[in-house]
Amino acid sequence: MAAISREEVAHLARLSRLAVTEEELDTFAGQLDVILQAVAQVGEVTAADIPPTSHSVPLTNVLRDDVVTPCLTPEEALSGAPDAEEQRFRVPRILDEDVAS
Amino acid sequence: MTTTLPAYDEVVARYEPVIGLETHVELGTNTKMFCGCPTDFGGEPNTRVCPVCLGLPGSLPVANKAAIEATIRIGLALNCSIAEWCRFARKNYFYPDMPKNFQISQYDEPLCVDGYLDVEVNGELVRIGIERVHLEEDTGKTLHVGGATGRIHGATESLVDYNRAGIPLVEIVTKPVPGTGALAPEVAKAYVAELRDVIRSLGVSDVRMEEGSLRCDVNTSLNLPGEEWGTRTETKNVNSLRSVERAVRSEILRQASVLDAGGRIFQETRHFQEDTGDTRPGRSKETATDYRYFPEPDLVPLAPDAVWVAELKAALPELPRLHRRRLQEQWGLSELDMQSVLNAGAVELIEQTIAAGATPAAARKWWLGELSRRANETGAELSDVGATPEQVAELQGLVDAGKLNDKLARTVLEGVVAGEGSPTEVMANRNLEVVSDTGALTAAVDEAIAANPGIADKIRSGKVAAAGALVGAVMKTTRGQADAKTVRELILERLSAQG
Amino acid sequence: MSDLTRMTATEIAGLVAGGETSAVEVTRAHLDRIAAVDDRVHAFLHVDSAGALAAARQVDDRRAAGEQLGPLAGVPVAVKDVLATKGVPTTVGSKILQGWRPPYDATIVQRLRAAGTVMLGKTNMDEFAMGSSTEYSAYGVTHNPWDLDRIPGGSGGGSAAALAAYEAPLAIGSDTGGSIRQPGAVTGTVGAKPTYGGTSRYGLVAFSSSLDTPGPCARTVLDAALLHEVIGGHDPRDSTSIPQPVPDVVAAAKLGATGDLTGVKLGIVSEFTGEGAEPGVLAAFRESVDALTKLGAEIVEVSCPNFKYALPAYYLIAPSECSSNLARFDGVRFGLRVGDDGNRSLEEVMSLTREAGFGPEVKRRIMIGTYALSSGYYDAYYGQAQKVRTLITRDFTAAFEQVDALISPTTPFVAFPIGARTSDPYQMYLADLFTIPTNLYGGPGISVPCGLSDGLPVGLQIMAPTMADDRMYRVAAALESVVGTFTPPAL
Repeated sequence: MAAISREEVAHLARLSRLAVTEEELDTFAGQLDVILQAVAQVGEVTAADIPPTSHSVPLTNVLRDDVVTPCLTPEEALSGAPDAEEQRFRVPRILDEDVAS
Repeated sequence: MTTTLPAYDEVVARYEPVIGLETHVELGTNTKMFCGCPTDFGGEPNTRVCPVCLGLPGSLPVANKAAIEATIRIGLALNCSIAEWCRFARKNYFYPDMPKNFQISQYDEPLCVDGYLDVEVNGELVRIGIERVHLEEDTGKTLHVGGATGRIHGATESLVDYNRAGIPLVEIVTKPVPGTGALAPEVAKAYVAELRDVIRSLGVSDVRMEEGSLRCDVNTSLNLPGEEWGTRTETKNVNSLRSVERAVRSEILRQASVLDAGGRIFQETRHFQEDTGDTRPGRSKETATDYRYFPEPDLVPLAPDAVWVAELKAALPELPRLHRRRLQEQWGLSELDMQSVLNAGAVELIEQTIAAGATPAAARKWWLGELSRRANETGAELSDVGATPEQVAELQGLVDAGKLNDKLARTVLEGVVAGEGSPTEVMANRNLEVVSDTGALTAAVDEAIAANPGIADKIRSGKVAAAGALVGAVMKTTRGQADAKTVRELILERLSAQG
Repeated sequence: MSDLTRMTATEIAGLVAGGETSAVEVTRAHLDRIAAVDDRVHAFLHVDSAGALAAARQVDDRRAAGEQLGPLAGVPVAVKDVLATKGVPTTVGSKILQGWRPPYDATIVQRLRAAGTVMLGKTNMDEFAMGSSTEYSAYGVTHNPWDLDRIPGGSGGGSAAALAAYEAPLAIGSDTGGSIRQPGAVTGTVGAKPTYGGTSRYGLVAFSSSLDTPGPCARTVLDAALLHEVIGGHDPRDSTSIPQPVPDVVAAAKLGATGDLTGVKLGIVSEFTGEGAEPGVLAAFRESVDALTKLGAEIVEVSCPNFKYALPAYYLIAPSECSSNLARFDGVRFGLRVGDDGNRSLEEVMSLTREAGFGPEVKRRIMIGTYALSSGYYDAYYGQAQKVRTLITRDFTAAFEQVDALISPTTPFVAFPIGARTSDPYQMYLADLFTIPTNLYGGPGISVPCGLSDGLPVGLQIMAPTMADDRMYRVAAALESVVGTFTPPAL
């Protein structure tokens, strides 16, 4: 049985903001299926008492003093912008949908 | 669709509301949460940004110690447990005001958990449970261009300024609050007000709702007595204390009308409308958002040790509620008088005015009288009315020293509020000081006697009460700048001397 | 003077310091070499001739002014295009960053400049460091100087090929699952992945934050150690940077070069010498083991039973982190924007931009990562992978109670022909089979040339405990003292 369907891949592409083509969907669906079947092996590790590792460095409380450091100039900040207006980054209209805060 | 809303009293007699509040507080640290850019309000767009808060490729966050401490202090003031170990997490969603298209936040491991805040409503204490207090970063600001009203709907493009992006935000989430019945709207308002006071007393934020440094989302649900809690809605865009109360009230009424009509409440986000006082649905999403939280790999865990937390706890100020109790006693105020001080938002101002030398009665008189009236007229917060506690104390000092009478003092205060300088300066510049130079005053008195021989005769004949008319004449020529008592004494003295 | 491009960094620095040549002369020689061969190798995406010569002139001026120069002053270095370089194009091998000139320098780039090294330019790589062959670069494949029809490894194929083609004596790479060590192995050069946190990631365009480790590439072990020392050490701008001094890797390399490994106990990872590796690779590895034994090392077999889960765990953790790290490439603040015709919404423009800007491998990993982090699958995929990470760390810890360092072949196979594995992504993933466990554990690993198989280089990997990077340099230098360095056929 396939680990992932073509529809699921299309959903993932939407979530990931990738306007994939129909042709790509066919290719990716097959490839992701192979990969996901292979990586599912991690499920064989079943012992419940294994803590997860998110960081390999044994550090905690790496904090910065609350001291101001130099900013970029607005010119530098906007230097890579595909489009700018009024010293702001310009973007096309945003769909009127709920935004998390 | 218009439906007639049922009466509030009738609704809360039948349904039990459950409320919950999520509050975001922008911390007043010098720098942002994860970089050294300044946090000051205002500023030209994109002038307080660096590779980190712009989310440029390759940049990395480093957490601000002051923000962590401020959050722990808030947690402690809200009687929370401070996590011995916790992590930041990434909340993933695409939105252009979020430079990285994920927000560094906290998910299942908040810094502070399980506390409470006691608030007073109608003289009764209500304990609001605190679910969690966590730290995250703010977003940038988006300007919508081309739409009719600067709103997102109908806009043709948007412009983004990242000055605010990365400013530390503390999120405070209450546990659900059942059992407040008809008082639910007031409890919600009292909670936010109390929370604001607590945070202000800690000195970690200026907590101004109108400037967005304190933002509130209100959850509301209704259930029939004895039944399970209903489906809750989340109301956003609640930007003042008054709106908190109105939003809960209007949502209770709306939900009741839906339920009465046999309808269902959907879990949704609604927006409070300041103008109409009701809530409107946001555009509902096709699917629930999956933020794909996972531990932020660019930051290491936080593990506040017990000594650090104990130090922060020892340095906490007195809680506002207890502080107020103490002040009420010190100032000798009745419950009712104290309530009017609280309602006016004048506690700190009066306290500071007293500290600057005024008596409690005088301080209260100015702030609750003349200045409150002005604040009401202009719609400003009392603290923004234009006079400082120090200036009020100085003004009262001038009255006490006999340099100003009550009427002149009010005129001086007008000048102070108008930005003309300190009370002493305004008094001098406007030439408002009480005329105490007896030479000039004697001349004015003699002039009045000469101009009113009939009245003068009456006084000479022992009808001392008639002196009032001459006092009025003198006050008129000195444009009110004389001390009436002095004038009266002088008139009597001149007439008896003239014999 | 003999050909400056054939010299080691140590030799060049000595000549510059002694006034026998100038940094400008050295730089010119390398720029000439790049001009002569790079159209065939394609190691570089951007050659910064003007910047390099200016930096070289500065070194010469400082020397003339009597300043004390660092041990690598005047030595050219090629920098993988994954590091932000102020004002110099930085593409990460992706179309989505075409033309981007960062307004800041990565910490490592700052340190390279401060040390007086001369940055020649930016080297080719698999897009966003995702790949094992450099075939996934948006700007064309890099060719292995040993056989131009074969891959130079990846993702840091450009840096490794630049070394093997004598275009640069030193290079910087980044290693998330083997991207320094594997290209080193298949090009006959030295590549070291430092302890995670031992080198700063500030300015390294992130692929997988909890695994990415920048590190040195060179033609000799000592040169790699010298470069490691220059770029390593604590950086307050990287929260995961370890606040400790760099292990004394230079002294260790010098000690190793004496050819004495008496008292050193090495463990062969038994899981990595089985059927997963090519016979030619295993043969070269076995010969090296004999050589190490002759140098006095005690060699034992060590089993690391959980290493078999490393590859699947890696291909969950790295894509998960990358799906989030790469979200910022949306055409708003920098880089490519596609489809903004005045009608389309931002969401559409973002999706078209990312569709056009990312290559297929990047898209695959973003989607896998998005899947693995989704609420319904998190526990089964990402959560399980994090547990595997714990188990692999336990395997390493247990092994290092028995031995000083672990050894294995660096890669299961020698450089394969261009195009041989692109149609089957998972076959490509296998190239990193032996290098990935180290990344999951966070310890250091180095690949050092150990022989040839059918005329193509084979690398031996040495893995050490975290912050014991010096140990692997000692062993690597000792092996190098016996097997020597390897020179590809003339281009």
